[in-house]
Amino acid sequence: MKGQGIKNFFDKHRPKFEKGGKLHPFQSVFEGFETFLYVPDKTTKKGSHVRDYIDLKRTMIFVVLAVVPTMLFGMYNIGYQHFHAIGEFSQTGFWEVFFYGFLRVLPVIVVSYAVGLGIEFTFAQIKGHEINEGYLVSGILIPLIIPIDTPLWMVAIAVAFSVIIAKEAFGGTGMNIWNPALIARAFLFFAYPAHMSGDSVWIRIGQDADKVVDGFSGATPLGLALTGNIDYNIWDAFWGFIPGSIGETSTFAILLGGAFLIITGIGSWRIMLATTIGALFTGLILNAFAVNPFMEIPFWHHLFLGGFAFGAVFMATDPVSAAQTNRGKWIYGLLIGVLAIIIRVLNPAYPEGVMLAILLMNTFAPLIDHYVVQGNVRKRLKRAPATV
Amino acid sequence: MSNTIKIKKGFDIKLKGKADLTVGKAIEASRYAVKPTDFSGLKPKLSVKADDIVKAGTPLFFDKAQPEVKFTSPVSGKVISVNRGERRRILEIEIESDGKFESVDFSKGEINSLDRETVKQNLLNSGLWPLMVQRPFGVIPEPDVTPRDIFITGFDSAPLAPDYEFTLKDEKESIQTGIDAISKLTEGKIYLGLRPGSEFASLKGVEINYFDGPHPAGNVGVQIHKTAPINKGDVVWTLNIQTLVYIGRLFTTGKLNLERLVAITGSEVKKTGYVKAIAGLAIKPFIENNTKKEVKERFISGNVLTGVKVEETGYTGLTQNQVTVIPEGDEIEPFGWISPGFNKFTAGKAFLSRLMPKKEYALNANYHGGERAFVISGQYEKVLPMDILPVYLLKAILVNDIDKMENLGIFEVIEEDMALCEYVCTSKIEVQSILRNGMDTMIKELA
Repeated sequence: MKGQGIKNFFDKHRPKFEKGGKLHPFQSVFEGFETFLYVPDKTTKKGSHVRDYIDLKRTMIFVVLAVVPTMLFGMYNIGYQHFHAIGEFSQTGFWEVFFYGFLRVLPVIVVSYAVGLGIEFTFAQIKGHEINEGYLVSGILIPLIIPIDTPLWMVAIAVAFSVIIAKEAFGGTGMNIWNPALIARAFLFFAYPAHMSGDSVWIRIGQDADKVVDGFSGATPLGLALTGNIDYNIWDAFWGFIPGSIGETSTFAILLGGAFLIITGIGSWRIMLATTIGALFTGLILNAFAVNPFMEIPFWHHLFLGGFAFGAVFMATDPVSAAQTNRGKWIYGLLIGVLAIIIRVLNPAYPEGVMLAILLMNTFAPLIDHYVVQGNVRKRLKRAPATV
Repeated sequence: MSNTIKIKKGFDIKLKGKADLTVGKAIEASRYAVKPTDFSGLKPKLSVKADDIVKAGTPLFFDKAQPEVKFTSPVSGKVISVNRGERRRILEIEIESDGKFESVDFSKGEINSLDRETVKQNLLNSGLWPLMVQRPFGVIPEPDVTPRDIFITGFDSAPLAPDYEFTLKDEKESIQTGIDAISKLTEGKIYLGLRPGSEFASLKGVEINYFDGPHPAGNVGVQIHKTAPINKGDVVWTLNIQTLVYIGRLFTTGKLNLERLVAITGSEVKKTGYVKAIAGLAIKPFIENNTKKEVKERFISGNVLTGVKVEETGYTGLTQNQVTVIPEGDEIEPFGWISPGFNKFTAGKAFLSRLMPKKEYALNANYHGGERAFVISGQYEKVLPMDILPVYLLKAILVNDIDKMENLGIFEVIEEDMALCEYVCTSKIEVQSILRNGMDTMIKELA
């Protein structure tokens, strides 16, 4: 039988990990690793005899695959921004640029997965359930939405906070109210504001500080726009050659991932579309009543700037923290789009509003769903004869 | 008066092994059984013991809660044994046929001259009564209740299901007599759900609705929801068109005759098709020398969504007119979660098998993943053609909230209606058993 060898291996070592075995504290690790290597041989006992081939593992892995283009581009862009800042871009080869970013992003990803999965395995062991795949996605999203200069210890603390407080405290994957990756980002934003905004965190200069070219500013286009200084090329923003969080800059790479999620049916096109419509609508309103340069930027530029595209495609669509009903998804998405642009443009304190808009709507998603559900209930009650 | 209702939501699982439209040699076999476990909420009390001689229509056991509901032998012969499971629960009463197929004499005659009570007693005494289903909650009809309406589904849309247009094409007279008989039981309407273009459109005394679309269009629950939904306090009875044949024969001949064509289906069957057999027959004659034996096989009485798993030595159910054989699938699959999946059938879009929408597949009984909490939203809604929010209903059941269950539509669904939700579920949640628990809670609550 195909793959029987590895199964025999696991069967042989299983007793050590079961209750009373020497290695019992590592049972969750053992099982997690086992189901990673093969889909188990468990067959149906009751209910429907056949089940679809889709499972949560494949679903989550597909989201990770969808993120890969933005991750790779993010690595390149870290190098691109670095060598531009020190004025050496034209003398540097493509691979050197990429590996500069790769070597700086990799530790962040490693720390994110090591801390996050470590906590997940511990909770699975304590609670005695199977490892949930949820963190596979959060673990790659968190590194992509923070500035490259975030210290690794901060990443570790933020991951721990998000997994323990925002997820496991609620009961694990499927039970959380807020998107865990955004909670990590929000934690960093409010706990270490100096490291999360301003002009100096978005571009890794490293030991080349003395080489920085004259007139260099490390600020993001949105950071500049908030000060009334509109200075970006919109096509640079679309392709992603602007400063910003590691994986958020390339709208193009994000669209590739979004298309993959929609084609495979994993991500909700309703939420992505509704969020975009909400943002465009708000952009138009702001254009109409513009009193400063930021309000005047063409409404569609908002889609390519800052974390908007990343938020709409990968964050708002988290099936657990988003609205669950189809009608609710439209309302939820529209409001995220509207709020993201309002916070972005009209509020003086934060240069970016996508994170807060999504977290706020995560909070309200159950309320939106509640009213959709009540609508369904009312229809049913109306149908019933009045005598009952 | 009739109209066509287009069902958009739903899903046809493309299984290999559809029954050929041929009728094989009638099955000569001697062992039959009646299984109390096929009926929800039934507490059986025996009226026979081993070695008793019975005829077709002799009561074997009755329902403790409503003793007038009797379950009778499908054939004449001898009771061989009463098989019990855990805590002495009765699993099956086995009967050895004497080959004579003699029936108890029941009253017969011109239906129009019979009153409601006579029709009811005849159905109760013959054992045909429990082949009807009462909604809400999918239980045996209560004899003292007069249902609001009676709904009949004239086709089965489940995977590989028998084609009643084929199997019942010579039974129209019995079906008409059956309709005339059950019309005595309600003061409301008799509804009949059919596929567009059905041969049964000429039946009289029924309001016909046509249902066009994928499974579960043939489920009577969907048909009720689309025509005259069940509200709180309503009681309706439902039948499948095959049961009408038995009822028609009973009133024409005075005999219990459960002979019908059974569809033999599934990817592991060598020669699919139909065979004539009396309900309750052992499964062995259907599958002996007719399965491929290439892999470990699972035998199902019924279809893959709602059927009952039967051991090789077990029996087919009274209410199922189909036998399905699929691979058991009790083997591991290395890195299954990342394979491109050309040969993996899916209701979603995450496998490349979707590039070949016409292909038929040999699905096995593997879960294809571990059980998880509800994570993915919007999946169940795509396969439930009702104005019901399935996940919210299931969550209301899980937290035991009676009011919510009522408000979210528990009166309108039974297991079969949500079986596809269970099939498509990414988190491998046991939808049908959760729903059954909810309905059992409701029954206790309303009692």
